[in-house]
Amino acid sequence: MKTHPRAFVQLCVTALSNGYAVGFARGTIFKGRIKGLCLPGLNCYSCPGALGACPIGSLQAVLTSHEYGFSFYVVGFLLAVGALCGRFVCGWLCPFGFFQDLLHRIPFPKKLRRLPGEKALRLLRYVILVGFVILLPMFVTDAYGLGKPWFCTYLCPAGTLEAGIPLTLASAALRDAAGWVFRWKLLLLILLILLSLVVYRPFCRYLCPLGAVYGLCNPVSLVRLKVDPGACVQCGVCQDACPLDIQVWKKPNGTACIRCGKCVRACPCGAIQAPFVKGGKTVSTKG
Amino acid sequence: MMRRALPGLCLLGVGVLFLVLGVLRGEPGTVLTKAANVCLECIGLG
Repeated sequence: MKTHPRAFVQLCVTALSNGYAVGFARGTIFKGRIKGLCLPGLNCYSCPGALGACPIGSLQAVLTSHEYGFSFYVVGFLLAVGALCGRFVCGWLCPFGFFQDLLHRIPFPKKLRRLPGEKALRLLRYVILVGFVILLPMFVTDAYGLGKPWFCTYLCPAGTLEAGIPLTLASAALRDAAGWVFRWKLLLLILLILLSLVVYRPFCRYLCPLGAVYGLCNPVSLVRLKVDPGACVQCGVCQDACPLDIQVWKKPNGTACIRCGKCVRACPCGAIQAPFVKGGKTVSTKG
Repeated sequence: MMRRALPGLCLLGVGVLFLVLGVLRGEPGTVLTKAANVCLECIGLG
C-alpha cells in the first residue's frame, strides 16, 4: 500500500499528541503543565498518552466551572485555528479522523459514498455541538450548581477508544466500576467502527462537534481551496475523487470538506489549487 | 486577494484576542485541572 504524505503527517501528529508512552504502560495519564494547552484535533485528554487537552472537553470543562460562564480561551483557540485552516485539522491533524481513515482502507464488499438521508444526517453535528457541548453542560446542573460534560459522558467515541478502553484494561477497579454508560459508549464506538468500513468518516460527517465548528470557518479560512473557473471544465472528476462526495467545482470551501486534497490531485485540468497539496496537471485545457 | 482574506483575518484577530483574554483570566488553569485528572465521565464511568 502506497503511503501518502497525508497519512504520514496524520501518523506523526497522532504519535506526537499521544507521546506519553509511560501512561499506557502504567495505566496513568500525563499531568504536566503543557496539558493546559489545547490540541486542534479530537483527542481525549484522559488518553494515557495524551500530552495536550481536547478542545471540546476543555470547552465543557470551562462552561461547567463556577468561575467562568464563557470560555474565551477555548473559543478563541477554536476561532483562531478555524480561521487559519478550517477543517484542514480534520483531514490532517485529528487522531480520531486518522483512525477512521485507516478503517475505511479495510476492504469491504460494499462501500457507500453517502447514506440515505445524508443531508439531514450532516445537520446532526450542529445539534450535538449546540445541545451536548454547550446548552446541556451549561444549564443542566446538579445540587451544587455544577454541570457535566454531556458530549464526553454520553457520546464521544474518541474518549472510549483512547481513554476508556486502555484505562479499564489497566485497572481492575475501573473495570469493576464500568456500568451502563461505559457499555453504551462502547456500543457506539463499535457501531462507528463498523460504519467506517462502509462509509468514509461517519463520525466526522455526521456527529463531530469539533468538525462542526471548523466547518463553519471553512468558507472564510485563510488556507482554502481555489477553483479556477477558466480552467474548470466541470467534468466531475473532483467529485468522483472526493471521499465525501462533494461537488468541489461548485462548492470548494463548503462546511463538509476536510481538505484531504484528493480533488486537487485528481483534477485533469489543474483547475483546483490548495497550498497543502500538489495538483495533478497545471495546463489548462480550455481555450 | 486582500479583500478575500479579510473575513478570515478578522476571525483570526477575534480568535487571538479571545485566546489572550482567556489566558489572562486564568482559564488554562481550569483546563489543566480537568486534563491532568482522569475524567471519569470521558471514560464512561461518571
